[in-house]
Order: sequence, then C-alpha cells, then structure tokens
Amino acid sequence: MRRVKAILATLGSVAVTVFGLALVTFLIGRVVPIDPTIAIVGDHAPPDVIARVRLELGLNQPLPVQFLIYLKHLFAGDLGHSVMTGHPVTEDIARYFPATVELATTAIIVAMLLGIPLGVLAASRPGTWFDQWVRIVTLAGQSVPVFVLGLILLLVFYGKLGWAPGTGQQNVLYDGMVPRITGMLVVDALLDHDGEALWDALSHLALPAIVLAYFSLSTITRMTRAFMLDALSGEYIITARAKGLSGARILWRHAFGNIAVPLITVLALAYAGLLEGAVMTEVIFSWPGIGQYLTVSLLNADMNAVLGATLVIGCVYIALNMLADVAYRLFDPRVR
Amino acid sequence: MLARVENLRVRFPTPQGWVAAVRGISFTLGREKLGIVGESGSGKSLTARALMRLLPRHAEITANRLEFDGIDLRDTSERAMRAIRGKRVGLILQDPKYALNPVMTAGAQIAEAWAAHAGGGRRAALRVALDLLAQVRIRDPRHVAGLYPHELSGGMGQRVMIAMMLAPDPELLIADEPTSALDATVAAEILRLIEDLVSRRGMALMLISHDLPLVSHVCDRVLVMYAGRVVEEVAAADLTRAQHPYTRGLLGCLPSLAKPKPMLATLARDPAWGEP
Repeated sequence: MRRVKAILATLGSVAVTVFGLALVTFLIGRVVPIDPTIAIVGDHAPPDVIARVRLELGLNQPLPVQFLIYLKHLFAGDLGHSVMTGHPVTEDIARYFPATVELATTAIIVAMLLGIPLGVLAASRPGTWFDQWVRIVTLAGQSVPVFVLGLILLLVFYGKLGWAPGTGQQNVLYDGMVPRITGMLVVDALLDHDGEALWDALSHLALPAIVLAYFSLSTITRMTRAFMLDALSGEYIITARAKGLSGARILWRHAFGNIAVPLITVLALAYAGLLEGAVMTEVIFSWPGIGQYLTVSLLNADMNAVLGATLVIGCVYIALNMLADVAYRLFDPRVR
Repeated sequence: MLARVENLRVRFPTPQGWVAAVRGISFTLGREKLGIVGESGSGKSLTARALMRLLPRHAEITANRLEFDGIDLRDTSERAMRAIRGKRVGLILQDPKYALNPVMTAGAQIAEAWAAHAGGGRRAALRVALDLLAQVRIRDPRHVAGLYPHELSGGMGQRVMIAMMLAPDPELLIADEPTSALDATVAAEILRLIEDLVSRRGMALMLISHDLPLVSHVCDRVLVMYAGRVVEEVAAADLTRAQHPYTRGLLGCLPSLAKPKPMLATLARDPAWGEP
C-alpha cells in the first residue's frame, strides 16, 4: 500500500511537471516577438493573406483558449507542422532524436567507465599527486566551454593531423547505404553487418562523443570523489578495516556500495544533461540530432519545431529523473 | 604475554602545530580482562586502535615497543596487519547504528568477517553467521540475518557487531565503549554477554569505558587515563584503595542508592595531573 502510494505520488508530480513544462513552452512561443504567420507567408505577403493565416492558426483567440487548443493537440500527439521542413514536428523529432541518443549514450558510457574509477581512486588517496591531477583535469572539464574544446579537437585531429573524419554523422559516400532501422548509425550498421559503414560511423562519432564525455566525466568524477570521501569517513569503514578486509574490498564493497544509489541520480541527470547539452556540440560537429534541429528551427523562427523539440527534451529530462527516483526506491534498503 | 606497549605516543598535525593525544603510555596485557577508563579525549580509544594500527592516516605513532604476541606492530606491513585485524584481534565499536554498513544485511556482514580469514564458500559462511547469531542469543537468527542495520534495535545491532567480531575467533577482543549508546538495561545484558563469551572462549578483553564502576565490575585490572597518560594502574578489586586524586575524585562523585548524598561532589582538576 505504501509503495502504491509512493508510485501514485511520483506519477502525480510528473503530471504536474509536464503540465508546467507545456505551459511554459507555450507561453515562451507566444510571448517572443516573432510572428508565426510571417514565418509562414513571408515578409512581403499582402495583409489579407496574413490575416487569413492568423485566423487559420487560431492566433486571434485569447491566450487561454489558444493554450487549451495546444493541449488538445498535444494529447493527440500533434505538435503541429514544421514550417522549415514541411513535415509534422513529431516526424522530424523521430528522425533527429536517435542521432542525439546515439551521441549522448556513447558519451555517458565513456564518462561512466572512466569517471567512476577516477573518482573512487582519487578519494582513496586524497591529497596525493594523483588526486590533485584528477581535480585539475575535472575542473578544466567543467570550466572549458564545450564549443571551445570541440573546435580545438576539430582543428587538431581533423585540420592538422587528419586522424579524424570531418563533421557530420557519416561520410557522404555511405549516405543512404545503411538501411535505417533505429536511426542510430552505429547500431544500424551493426545490424546490417556492414563493417566499413560501422567503422565510418564510429570514427565520425569519436570526436563529438569525446567532447561530451569529457564534460560529463568531470561532473561524474567530482561527485563520485565527494561521495566517496564522505563514505570513507564513516564508522563502518573502521569496522571493515578492523575485520581485516583488503583495501580493494573496503573501497568497492563497503564505501562504493554505499554511494552506488546516490550515484544513479547523478548519472541520470548527467545523461539528461547530455541529451540537452548536446545542442552546442551538435552544431559544431554538424551532427544531425535534436540540438541541431532545435538551433536551425530557432534561427528560422520555426516556432512549432522549437516548442516541440523543447517539450521532448524536457520530457526526457523528467523521465530520467523519475527513473532515478524509482531506482533509489528499488536499490536503497533504507528507503525501501 | 599478548600485548606489550612501551612509551606509546600518538600525535596529530594541525595548522597550529602538533597536538599530542597519547603521551607515553606503557602497559602489558595477558589473557586477562583489562579495563581502560578515562574521560573523552584522554586517549583511551587511540591507544586501543594503535594496537590494531587503525588510526587515521595522518596520525603519527611512535613507541619504544608496540607488540602483539611478539610481532612488532611498528613496522608491520599492511598485509601482515590484515592477518592480525579481525583474525587475532577484534574490535567492537560504540554505536552499531554507525559501525555497521547500512547497505549490507547483518548476516552478510558477519559472513564476510568469517570468510575474509577462513576462506570458504558463501553457503558455509552464512551457516557460520547463523550459528554466531545464536551464540550472541538472538532468538530468530534466520530472520535477523536478513535484516539491514536500520531495522535492528541498538541492542540487537550490538549483538550483531559482537557476532561479527567473534567470527574469526580472535585471541583479543577490544570493546571500545560497547554500551554507551545503549539503554541501561540493554547495556547490562550486552556487557554480560561479552563477559560470558570472553570467558568461555578464553579470550583476552580490553574494555574501554568512561564508566569506572562498570569496568571494575567486569575487569581484573584497570588503567586510569588522563590527558593522554596512565595516571593509575590498579587491580579492580582494590579500586576503593586507589591513590591518585583523579581516580579518587571520580569515585567520590558517584551517586549511591545505599548511601544517598544531599549534594554530589564535583571534580576539582589539578593542572599537575596533566604534567609528566
């Protein structure tokens, strides 16, 4: 009964948050000094055309009514049409989102595999040169803007050394060669057993994934280190040492065992941050993901597309947050 | 002789310079029950932990002699220390709420203590854990083994702690204020349990407490510590004949049910007690 109540409470808060998100994105879309009609009909359209399109879009209605209409469409899964592509926004998002997922997932896996051990090891020998080095590297990762790092990597590895391919998700040579199944090129190439296309996709993925991974690696490492320092100062660590356990077992089983659950929240938020933070990286590397789509739509005053993409990113954020919450309930014996 | 300590000193670096916490302690310990009494900060816990080399990394330990069963602990490797910790010397801490790992079940923590030294599989370790829980008089071992520390009461937690430290069958048990976090009635039970198990297994006991009558009741010999030094060593039976003014002062300010005093005496400290 308590568990059912907790789940209902979580769902309720999610519903409220999603409603708030829809309201805010809607208001931003209506408040910005961009006239959606002009984006459709152009600057030089005659006034009667503008008036007719306004009427068709329902823009003459009062704001609350417009919001209700927007919500009604939203429930029907209709985010409107993109002016730029001419497709429904949902279709566009389904097209662009997998590329972002591919990039963000690769980045979070790299960041996790490197960041967690780095944080744990740094915390196990505080004040040593290794710890200092980890702190400097992660501080740099949090302070250097993604676009600076991205451009430097492109300049060095693509421009000077020629080790990495240029921007984009694949070489034009392979364009349309791999059947689209998931939309994630690496996975699709794998499913197609196409080694060359796979290699091409991986090499295109490397630089943007490294940029993003470095960014979230810094957060993950710093949080892991802080959590571990706290855990290692616990009395139960003295107990574990008094039992004669090995250093590795104390570190990983006893200290890390206690931080694993809070770390899930950090990872979920870092992953969500990657999905939205990919915007800059995608623009620099011309990665055909949701960030790229969002930026181009924004620059073209394609408000339906902007609102749709914002809403989707927001929902992903909320969903990941909720998952972290559920994981907390499932894995921490103190909350269970 | 199990332990020999001569001129043990422990100090810590602070921004204001070194702070000495233990200032030249000497004692020996055979297969007996030794009590160490003193107020907070008198260095009694540090002395005990120095014997297991469980002090914080930045602590500096020096001693003319620091031996356990003939092994010089001053330059023993960490690996060799691990063979002593748990296996030969057990340590019971004050509050099971903090001293037990919050995300491991009681059974798993006891099983781990046994398996760390005896090897053996999970199944065997769990069997040992259940047996140990029964030995510390827990009524439903199977149920308690599956509980997490936050689901245990203080007394049960301390029983689990004792079972865990007895698992590898050590020769010396150090109990660092094992009852201060417990209710008076539970505390008496836990103390009786420790006393009983120690006697039955023929182990040595080092009982650390700030409770002078309690220690003298359980132990054969009592060391009274003040400001990092032993100010008096006395056989428990002779406690009433203690010489040092600090010990006498402590005894003097105890309330008594048999002879109630209208006003309890206070301890007047002499700065000379802390001098060498």
